[in-house]
Amino acid sequence: MSAFRIEVRVMPRAALLDPQGQAVEHALHALGFGEVARVRMGKHLVLEVKAASRDEALARARVMCDRLLANPVTEDYDLAVDGGAAR
Amino acid sequence: MKRVAVIVFPGSNCDAETLAAARAAGSDAYFVWHRDTDLRQADVVILPGGFSYGDYLRSGAIARFSNIMGAVTEHARAGGAVLGICNGFQILCEGGLLPGGLMRNARLRFLSRPVWVRVEQTDTPFTCLYEKGEVLEIPVAHGDGRYVVDARTAAELEATDSVVWRYVRDNPNGSVNEIAGVTNAGRNVVGIMPHPERRDAPALGGQDGARVFHSMEARHATQHAADVRAVDDRHLRV
Repeated sequence: MSAFRIEVRVMPRAALLDPQGQAVEHALHALGFGEVARVRMGKHLVLEVKAASRDEALARARVMCDRLLANPVTEDYDLAVDGGAAR
Repeated sequence: MKRVAVIVFPGSNCDAETLAAARAAGSDAYFVWHRDTDLRQADVVILPGGFSYGDYLRSGAIARFSNIMGAVTEHARAGGAVLGICNGFQILCEGGLLPGGLMRNARLRFLSRPVWVRVEQTDTPFTCLYEKGEVLEIPVAHGDGRYVVDARTAAELEATDSVVWRYVRDNPNGSVNEIAGVTNAGRNVVGIMPHPERRDAPALGGQDGARVFHSMEARHATQHAADVRAVDDRHLRV
């Protein structure tokens, strides 16, 4: 068993309105950062997962996302383990 | 007299008003703590408004895994009546007992004010005393009230008459198709974003919400009448 650090990025579905991202975008524009075309805002979770292998840790993290960490109706997620992106 | 279980989660804050509204309608209403596993022979379950678990992660995401939710799901699957108000609606969506999800209000602000909703369906346990098309003034109090479903599910909800209440005059939170409340395929589980328990007496500014609770008590008679009507529409109209 070793511990794997898994980072979970949860984002609102691309097709859905993201009012928080829009508010941040407007604030950036107001500060003169006109080059910003679009801001989306989501959540970042960092899990320490004990598992026999990197793959097992990732597989468990996916189950956690499907059951709790992301809502499949409104959000998408992706995972990165120990700094590298999961395939 | 119906037995009505009002579930209390850590962070529920409309539980007392909901219990009072059910009792005012003549129900034998009582609280059930989220750690319990027994609904104590409830006829109806109500998940009240509030901020269960501080709305951490997502509104309702943690409450849906509470001990009591196993019994609530079983009750719903057996055809028992379940009403989710505001945070209760969010919990039912998170738990998969109702379709869709509730996201941050389109204009970001937390809304605490009256809105107007049209009653679209009267064949649910919580709307059978309303007239179809009736417009009600009921307050909302939410930050995450934007009802979201994909286009296919939205079309399905419309085709199956599953939208129970719809915002009229304005869409306060950006909900798809102005949806303020929905029911499931079995029409026994209902979710509503506004708070009917906050408009159940003239002293509260109106009683447009009271019949949600009176409907629970009237349900049996109505169900029977609907059955007879289905046999021969010409003989009985309710």
